[in-house]
Amino acid sequence: MPQLAIETHGLTKRFGAQLAVDGLDLAVPAGTVFGFLGPNGSGKTTTIRMLLGLASSTDGEIRMLEEAMPSAIESVLPRVGALVEGPAFYPFLSGRANLLRLDAADRRSPLGTRRARVDAALERVGLTAAARKRAHAYSLGMKQRLGLANALLAPRDLLILDEPTNGLDPQGTREVRAIIRSVADEGATVFVSSHLLSEIEQLCSHVAVMSRGRLVAQGTLQELRAQSIRRLVVLSPDPDAARRVLAGLGLAPSVRVCPDGGAELTAELPDPTMLAENATRALVEAGVRVRGIAVAGETLEERFVALTGEGFDVAG
Amino acid sequence: MLLASELGTLFRRVRTIAMLGALALVPILIAVAVKVTTAGDSGRGPAFLDQITQNGLFVAFTALVVSIPLFLPMTVGVVAGDTIAGEASHGTLRYLLVAPSGRLRLLAVKYAGAAAFCLAATSVVVVSGVIVGALLFPVRDVTLLSGDTIGPGDFAIRCVLLAGYVVLSLLGLSAIGLFISTLTSVPVGAMAATIVLSAVSQILDNLPQLEAIQPYLFSHLWLGFGDLLRQPISWDSYGQNALLQLGYVTVFGGAAVWRFLTKDVLS
Ligand SMILES: Nc1ncnc2c1ncn2[C@@H]1O[C@H](COP(=O)(O)OP(=O)(O)OP(=O)(O)O)[C@@H](O)[C@H]1O
Ligand SMILES: [Mg+2]
Repeated sequence: MPQLAIETHGLTKRFGAQLAVDGLDLAVPAGTVFGFLGPNGSGKTTTIRMLLGLASSTDGEIRMLEEAMPSAIESVLPRVGALVEGPAFYPFLSGRANLLRLDAADRRSPLGTRRARVDAALERVGLTAAARKRAHAYSLGMKQRLGLANALLAPRDLLILDEPTNGLDPQGTREVRAIIRSVADEGATVFVSSHLLSEIEQLCSHVAVMSRGRLVAQGTLQELRAQSIRRLVVLSPDPDAARRVLAGLGLAPSVRVCPDGGAELTAELPDPTMLAENATRALVEAGVRVRGIAVAGETLEERFVALTGEGFDVAG
Repeated sequence: MLLASELGTLFRRVRTIAMLGALALVPILIAVAVKVTTAGDSGRGPAFLDQITQNGLFVAFTALVVSIPLFLPMTVGVVAGDTIAGEASHGTLRYLLVAPSGRLRLLAVKYAGAAAFCLAATSVVVVSGVIVGALLFPVRDVTLLSGDTIGPGDFAIRCVLLAGYVVLSLLGLSAIGLFISTLTSVPVGAMAATIVLSAVSQILDNLPQLEAIQPYLFSHLWLGFGDLLRQPISWDSYGQNALLQLGYVTVFGGAAVWRFLTKDVLS
């Protein structure tokens, strides 16, 4: 069992009658880039607030970097860099002055290296030229970068980033990804939330999927792909015969008649050991003419939608 | 250090500087108005204002008395009401706490900042008053309420004591503002509530029917510094006011701590 950078058991947060987070059991292995995926309102930010001790949990336990939270908050948080629900700054201070102030808020951060660390963080996110501008004059993308710089003010063992590429142009998105990878290469664990699967797919080795406050999947991306439902698709001019054969194998094909007189039979493969070649042989032995046969895997996107539910409306 | 950062942020902020500038104008306006209107005749107007023409040292004193009911509580209400709610509304509260600043430490630093503003605001009125008074009017020995006469140097010491008394008076209000500020993420609301409370307290203090509760109002001794203008100085009201303010700081500071330590920061 690898060490866990973040571990929760039954983590729950109730707002009035609503369960924003419901019995969450997260296990984030140390040293991974871990994606925290879920549609709007699924409880990602609320979870992150509880991890960081900003909000109390209604129920459940949290361990971060091998210590219990929030009781060990003073020794854990200096090792954690965070971006929560978007960046936030004093609009009347320059970007640099904002970072100096936030760094001063940590009693353990050394004064002697403060300026050097702030300048290095600004450099790392490409804000050196705009460092003396007031934060209210920053564009959304610049603020996002400044927020990232704040998370990188000191060497961190864990980065918790809530939608870090929100509002960034494609170039900025690529840069943020590069920064995250470089932090991960230094050995830190990165926990990134997003509602965009593509974002997570490009960045993460592990993923947890949230839906309406509940964890609906967790594991490596490969595991999530492997879990996805596979379908057998058979093209045949003898739909009735083909259906009988497939039904005999325990499948429940749906039939779509094609304009050329043939038909497309689609059946879910319930069991990963059930091989398509068994179906092929059965069809041939029964004398069914076959034009084509294929196994179609669900895309990760389809899997995500299947897990979190379709539809535009946010769960209330 | 967080306190240094807090003071730097507070006193470099345009709003703070503007408020201190406005307070500096109070003695200047008084002095100029008195100078202009009493250029020829004297004898009209309130007692304080009449004294100013005789002795520039009274400008600072008068300006302080004029500022106590409204201008000082207003500016202190803005700063104290903004302490936590302002950070919450900027969203910087979550980043300070994640730094981590420690909740208790942040609250203590915020209160220290508000107290430093009380000191700065009062000092600005006094210093500006002394300077403009000395420029526009003669500087003479001062006759105290007890009939004794003291020189300008001695009077300067009394001014410092008086300023200390006023700062002390504002500490209770600052604690109230701090507490209200932990209740909301709308700073303007916390500021307004704090300022309104200071007005309410002063109004209640003037209703004869409420005599029984008046000694417990935080503004009850705001103008009770007459003892500092006697020879020898009587420290009774200083002590009483200290006790009263300490009570408010304890109760509302305690409430602020209780509230802030258990608060969910969702802004
Ligand atoms: N302060 C609050 N009071 C009441 N309900 C809240 C509060 N904050 C969040 N919620 C509710 O909790 C649920 C989860 O919200 P949360 O912000 O954690 O979602 P999210 O996954 O971060 O969504 P998004 O992708 O839009 O950022 C939502 O239904 C929201 O309405
Ligand atoms: Mg969110």
